[in-house]
Formats: sequence, structure tokens, C-alpha cells
Amino acid sequence: MPGSELAVIDRVFRDEAGKAIATLIRLFGDIDVAEEAVQDAFMVATEKWPEIGLPPNPGGWIVTTARNRAIDRLRRESTREDRHAQAVALHIGAEPVPVEEPVSDDRLRLIFTCCHPALEPAAQVALTLRLLGGLQTPEIARAFLVPEPTMAQRLVRAKRKIKAANISYRVPRDADLPTRLGSVLTVVYLIYNEGYAASSGVELVRSDLCAEAIRLARLLRDLMPDEPEAIGLLALLLLTESRRAARTTNEGALVLLGDQDRTLWDRDLIEEGQALVRACLRRNRPGTFQIQAAIAAVHGDARRSEDTDWGQILQLYDQLMARAPSPVVALNRAVAVAEVDGAARALDLLADLDLPRYHLFHATRAELLRRMGRVEAADAAYGDAIALVTNPAERRLLEERRDANRS
Amino acid sequence: MTQYLLSVFDDRTPDQLPAETLEKLYADVDAFNNEVMAAGAWVFGGGLHPADTASVVSVRDDETLVTDGPYAETKEQIGGFWILEAPDLDAALEWAAKATRACQAPVEVRPFQDEPPA
Repeated sequence: MPGSELAVIDRVFRDEAGKAIATLIRLFGDIDVAEEAVQDAFMVATEKWPEIGLPPNPGGWIVTTARNRAIDRLRRESTREDRHAQAVALHIGAEPVPVEEPVSDDRLRLIFTCCHPALEPAAQVALTLRLLGGLQTPEIARAFLVPEPTMAQRLVRAKRKIKAANISYRVPRDADLPTRLGSVLTVVYLIYNEGYAASSGVELVRSDLCAEAIRLARLLRDLMPDEPEAIGLLALLLLTESRRAARTTNEGALVLLGDQDRTLWDRDLIEEGQALVRACLRRNRPGTFQIQAAIAAVHGDARRSEDTDWGQILQLYDQLMARAPSPVVALNRAVAVAEVDGAARALDLLADLDLPRYHLFHATRAELLRRMGRVEAADAAYGDAIALVTNPAERRLLEERRDANRS
Repeated sequence: MTQYLLSVFDDRTPDQLPAETLEKLYADVDAFNNEVMAAGAWVFGGGLHPADTASVVSVRDDETLVTDGPYAETKEQIGGFWILEAPDLDAALEWAAKATRACQAPVEVRPFQDEPPA
């Protein structure tokens, strides 16, 4: 089969696998059955599509084929052992109309299952990527830098728990929605961060994670258009993504926000993100993702670093601290304080923070001390940061800053 | 419907609690039990004597061995449990949320295996 047709099937898989799996899970109530059936259907597609051509509705074709495959399989297996499976298969076989069009809610239900707080966070992320993102286990393992058997085990364990503990497959009721939605949005945010934090120019797999997270964020926004935090998350990811090209040099070294070549920022992404932030403001139901997006939007407004409206950024950090106080938010707020009230004032704020193991705490301290001309204290703080940093690109940047401080 | 074991993990024994706390605890657990029964979710439940009343039975080389318990050498022991029937985990977690408030201790939720087909 020619490569171009394989590429088409590959693209259809990435676009449709999540939808198809979600629909099949609704029909059969079993993740493994659904996954196997959808894999089968794509196998059939690689055989048949080159002969019959791409069907007019590839997604519907996949769902129908997968459904028939699953019924066949359950009937075959049920003659041997499980009468319950047979009952399920017969019941589904008796449904009058095959479900050609996936119900859009299917994926929404599935993501709430994948991100159920009763599952360990790492498994929530992996399940979401696998079932909704159409990523294979080896890809997920590579992206999270864990051995493939470890990731496979994590997925098996999570799927077993869903089944054994009877974790339901539905959108939570309104009373539970705020917390449950929070954990879904957090999973998508973690997927993005995992890709972004490590994107040092060499890890190509990991930029896929960013693209996948944005795709999931778009999906959540489309499925829950009335949830401002879902819009806020999408805006935050787009605005962060807009700076990707400027964030590293060709050699893969990190560039700080203030030093970035802003002509490299993606204006389309910025405009889309800013429009979403404005839509959030009109709704006036602020939340942490929306506020972070608004901060990113203010940065996006400044064509030159010195044009940044730090006063507004500081106000937004105040809001964020009021809603979700944490030492890391306080650290970021201190950076804004340094711009508005000076480095000395910011350094005072840092003294109250308990982040001894966080390299960016020491890096921020180093930058403030350097700005105040306290060369030796800055040097020691750079040293603390370098001792804690794990990402090679960040390490290189810190070493450069330390050397510049010394000379 | 799935059956769930809700176990209460408590390292305090009744004699370590002030009388008022104990009184409220018993009243709250009683109210919780009644609510579970009224909802038709009750299968079984009860409080246990402290873990130092436990005995352990095992078989070694085909010989039955009885020793002083408890088996698990940890401070956190089961103080009581319920077996409830619920349509899914969320429903079981909701019962557990009420249970943990009533008995003022963490509650672990664990599903029972399906009965083997008849």
C-alpha cells in the first residue's frame, strides 16, 4: 500500500480513534473491548480502504466496523465461557440502528472517567492520552520518560480499577462538576507542561504532547462552551504556545521572557488566546486558569519587553493569590513586584517563602540580588539553583547567567 | 450494582476519646446506619473491638498455627466496616463521605469481586 494512503489512515486514526473508543465504551461498557475493536477496525481499514477508497464518513465507518467486530468477538468468546458477555452482545446486536455518528457527549463522559480523582494522577494523564488522544502506549512512555512496561502496567492497573470499582462513565452531576472539572483541566494542563518544560529543541516527541494538550483543551471548550475555566485553559495554552519559537535558541538554550525576540511570537495564536480571554472577562466568573491566561495575554500585548504593563500583571497575581494561594504563585507575584516596586521589595517577599528545593526560587533570588548589585550573594544563589535544576537547557541558562554576573 | 467494603481506619480506641465525642460519634454513626438502610443500600456493618483482641490463624507445613494478633503490624487498624451496595463508585464514595464524618476517621472504599456466574 502506498505511503500516502497509510498517512491518510494514520491521520484518520489520530482524529477519530478517541471518538470511536468513547462511543464503543458507551455501547459495550468495557474499555478493553472498545480498544480492541477500534484497533481491529483500523486493521480492516488498512486492508480495505486502498481498494474501496476513503469512505465518505471515515469516523462513522470505523465506529460501525468496530461495533460489528466487537459483537463478533463477544459472541465467539461467549460460546466458550461467559454467558454475561453473550447477553451484552445480543442486547447490543438487537439495537435497531447502528450508531454511525458518535454522540459528542461520549468523549466528555470518557474524559471524566479517565480523570476520576480515585485514579492516581499519573494514570489519569496516561489514560487520557491513550483513550482520547489516540496515542499508543510506547509513545506515552517515551513522552514521560518511563520504561514501556512501567507505562503499560500503569494503564492496565487503572483500567482494572475502573472496571472493578465500577467507576461510572458519565458526566458528574452539577454539584460535583466544579471539582471534577478541575481535575480534568489539570490533567490537560499537566500534559501541556510535560511537553513544554522539556522542549529543549531535541525532544521532538514532547512537542507532540503540547499539540495534544491543545487539541484536548479545544475539545473541552467545544464540549463545555459554558464553562469559563475550560475557555481559560485553552487561552492559557494558546498564549503560552505562541512564545514557543522564541523560547529557545537554535542550539536549544532557553531564552528568558524579557530577552525573547518578540517578532518570533505567533501573532495568530496570541490573537486567538486574547479573544478567548476577553470572552472570559465578559462572563465575569473568574477562575485560576482564566487569570493565568489573562497574565499571559498582558505579556502578549507588549511588542517590546519594556512595554509590559507590570501594574496590571501584579493586580492579576493578587487575584490569583486570593483564589489559589501557593508559594509558587507568590514567587511569580514577587517577580511582578520587582518590576513595579523594585528588586529590594521583591527580595523581602522571597524571604517569607518556603521553597528550598525549587530551583526557580533560587534563580529568582539570584536575579534580584544581581539587579541590586550584590554580586557575591547572587553567585551563591545561582549555585543553589544550578544544584537543584534537572533540565539541561535550564541548567545551561543558569550557568550563563552566573558567569555573566561574575564578569 | 456493586458491593463495596467501607473500612474505618482508626488508631484511637473508645477509652481514649472524651465521653462527649464518643456520644456524638455513636449518635452520628447510628443516624448514618439508618440512612443507609432507608436507602436500601445496607448489606452488613459493625464496629470491632480494638485490634489487640485479634487472633491470627495460619497453616504452616500442614499444621494450623494460632498466634496473638493483629496480623498487620501497623498502627492503623480497621475499627469497623460496612458492606454497602451502590450503583457505581461515585455513589459509594458519597456514602463514604458521610461515613467518615460520622465516625471521624478515614474510610477506605474497596469493591467486592463479582459473584462467580451460577
